[in-house]
Amino acid sequence: MEILEEKKNKNRPYKPILDGIPDWPVYRLSKNRKEFVEEVAQKTIERIKQLRPTRKQLIDELEATAYREQNRIKRNRWRVDPKDDSRFWSQVKNELVELSAKTPEESKPIEEEILHKIVLRYVNEIAGSFKPNSYRVTREVVKFWFQRLLNGARVKKFGAFFRSQYTLRDKIQIVGKVKMLRKLATQGTVVMVPTHFSNLDSILIGWVIHSCGLPAFIYGAGLNLFNIKIFAYFMNSLGAYKVDRRKKNLPYLEALKMYSNQAIQKGAHSLFFPGGTRSRSGLLEKQLKLGLLSTAIEAQRNLYQENPGEKVRKIFIVPVTLNYNFVLEAPDLVEDYLHVKGKDKYFPEQDKYGSVQLLRFLFKFFTKGSNISVSIGPGLDVIGNYVDEEGNSLDSHGRIIDTRDYFVSNSSITDDKQREDEYTRMLSQRIVSEYHRINRVFSSHLAAFVAFEMWQKKFPKLDLFSLLRLPEEDLEIEYAEFRETFKRVRKKIYELKDDGKVYHATHLKGKVDGVIKLGIENVGIFHLNRPLLLNKKGNIITKDLTVLFYYHNRLVGYDLEQYI
Amino acid sequence: MTSNSTSEKPVGVIGAGNFGTVIANILALQRKVLLYARNEQAVTHMREAKENRGYPLHQNIEPTHDLAYLASQCDVIFPMVPSAHFRAMMKQLSPYLHPYHILIHGTKGFDITLPAGETIESIPKLTRTQVKTMSEVIQEESVVVRVGCLAGPNLAKELAQRQPGATVVASHFNEVIQLGKRLLRNDRFQVYENNDIVGVEIAGVLKNIIAIASGALSGLGYGENAKGLLISRGAVEMVYLGRALGGDLKAFLGVAGIGDLVTTCNSPMSRNFTVGYRLAKGEKLAAILSDMAEVAEGINTVRIAKKCADHYKVRALITDRLYKVLFEGMTVEVALDFLMRYPLNVDIDFI
Repeated sequence: MEILEEKKNKNRPYKPILDGIPDWPVYRLSKNRKEFVEEVAQKTIERIKQLRPTRKQLIDELEATAYREQNRIKRNRWRVDPKDDSRFWSQVKNELVELSAKTPEESKPIEEEILHKIVLRYVNEIAGSFKPNSYRVTREVVKFWFQRLLNGARVKKFGAFFRSQYTLRDKIQIVGKVKMLRKLATQGTVVMVPTHFSNLDSILIGWVIHSCGLPAFIYGAGLNLFNIKIFAYFMNSLGAYKVDRRKKNLPYLEALKMYSNQAIQKGAHSLFFPGGTRSRSGLLEKQLKLGLLSTAIEAQRNLYQENPGEKVRKIFIVPVTLNYNFVLEAPDLVEDYLHVKGKDKYFPEQDKYGSVQLLRFLFKFFTKGSNISVSIGPGLDVIGNYVDEEGNSLDSHGRIIDTRDYFVSNSSITDDKQREDEYTRMLSQRIVSEYHRINRVFSSHLAAFVAFEMWQKKFPKLDLFSLLRLPEEDLEIEYAEFRETFKRVRKKIYELKDDGKVYHATHLKGKVDGVIKLGIENVGIFHLNRPLLLNKKGNIITKDLTVLFYYHNRLVGYDLEQYI
Repeated sequence: MTSNSTSEKPVGVIGAGNFGTVIANILALQRKVLLYARNEQAVTHMREAKENRGYPLHQNIEPTHDLAYLASQCDVIFPMVPSAHFRAMMKQLSPYLHPYHILIHGTKGFDITLPAGETIESIPKLTRTQVKTMSEVIQEESVVVRVGCLAGPNLAKELAQRQPGATVVASHFNEVIQLGKRLLRNDRFQVYENNDIVGVEIAGVLKNIIAIASGALSGLGYGENAKGLLISRGAVEMVYLGRALGGDLKAFLGVAGIGDLVTTCNSPMSRNFTVGYRLAKGEKLAAILSDMAEVAEGINTVRIAKKCADHYKVRALITDRLYKVLFEGMTVEVALDFLMRYPLNVDIDFI
């Protein structure tokens, strides 16, 4: 099996690009948290007034906000919600009701006050607080225990528990443009946009950022994650800001976008999962949420506007894909997906995984073989052009272009929301295509893809739902047949790689029987019902076709179906 | 309407064909215009005679042979060159363009990129990865993203006579649309807005197929019933093909779709109509093409549309028969006979 081992990571640990934590933008931001929050709130209020210019529009908006918030409190309460939530909103509502009896002159200052109160509350809730001590502790604790677990499990000798032969670095491979990322982070502000498959992504990516020698990034993390205590601890110490997907009202959304915009302008490297939520289907993200993405573009334009004639700090978008053999939540995610797809109705998000399940998973992860790889993509400017290591935007012929020019109309920079919406759409398409390019194919992805597509082909008359309802006993693929197809598709993946359309793990190139074995062993390795197994005759069977469908989706979008 | 400002930068027009010249004249009512012609003699002629192809040139127009100069002077450029030369022109222009440039083209044709040695007929299939609209060519070849297009019933001769007419300016960007309106609109020229640029482009291209067919009906001596039939069924066929190629239904119902279709199908002046007319009179395609001064975009469009229809499995009967007439020696009568006998009688099934 030696041949199937991943190439040993040659990368030594990267040196930090900034010396001490006090130099980190995220630290400076949280040190002046109070001023920053107030600044964001002020700018948000200005923006809301632009969007709702008349008195009536503003009051309508405030009433709608209060109504929705009270509804949320009634219907969907979370542990993290502040204790005074209910009191606060009923007070706002009462104040709004009283307004109607007043003259416009009397009510104006009260409206302003209510708006200020709401926005400030939101910004305070969103804003993260990065604590250097807590960050250091978390980092060391995680590193120490991961290392112990890893060595205890891998090196089967007495005392192995205390050796450092293996580090996380062997378990989690970082591939791609790390050097470029480090360079860009010293020259400008990095906005990292990873794919999102699992709740673990947030922690994983935090480790990746640290291990690349980068200062901590600010995260937009789902508020639901803060319900889980262990996550809450991690996130708080990493400078995460909170995104509450239940709140869809204008003041909240504007506050959120303004927070991100201002933080980016202040040079805080940021990270968001542009898919908005974990991929339910296991597909690579096709549609991105444009709200937060647009803040990067807006921040860049603001920087150009506010510093005319000077060299402006550029913002770089760095797509990242996370590649797993196993996603803890896969069975529930795909169930959600099918539910929505099949019945076309909304399915509320539930998190069934508390701290215990997570720890158990982590333990399994470190004690059994199942690698993760993280592909760092090349840097893009906010329009989606590639940049070189100096941060210059390049056109398709390699000529340097000035990003500022994209915001220029009639020789001066103009503020055009519709234009920037369009740029956001273009950027999101670029990110999606970049995801497909840097995606790293594992043997397990390929095995899942080939097996599921073969079954689909055997029952051409069945739609997805009927296929998934077939009894698992009816499903069996001759090994020889599977092997041939696997080889054929694998060859196509080599060709795609040569065209620069996808990457694959080095282990994929091994002897075909070994690669298949590795793939089948690893796909969804820790699920109760394994998506792929070999039976006594050596043929391919499944114990859970639905979960197999999930893992197979990872390779959808490359037109490989035709080679089955 | 008076020239609103002389301090503003001039506007560029690339291509001094009929349409390019007429558009330059319309733009010249508002701004200084740089008009580029590929041919140096043509530029000298325009400078000296103050006219081009029989159209007098407005005094605000400065003819030029220098793309670099044009791009450095103008932020807004209107490329008006035939689709067959469009990509080559963009490759020449591209080094001088910056992201602040805005390009609004007026070319109704497709660009195709084939592997070396292949022709439209010889390759196994033709898909949207090989067939591009002009706005897509602009984006592929240059850093310009703010792109728009002009489409609609714009017969150059009528526009030059200041007869009432209209155009659509289509773009994903409002600023491009508004700019196009500001620059083009006058009391004789109405400008409509559309944000489905690809749909508008495709509508403008596909209508050329139906225009050839319309000419053919005329050449056979048929009257208005036949034309009404052709135009309405032709519009349906355009919708089907257009959707397969990525356009939205709405574009086909507007000025760039129905508007342009009706105009071209009724216009003996149009080049595509003429091709159909002479075919029906029994002339051979090669002979017709050899004595036409400008390109009839429709002929290439038929080849491309037929191949795409095959690939995307769209029923495009008129295109298909026209292809046989143009390239496989079928007579116009036989083709018409086939269409009249075809047993499909659903009127509209796409709304």
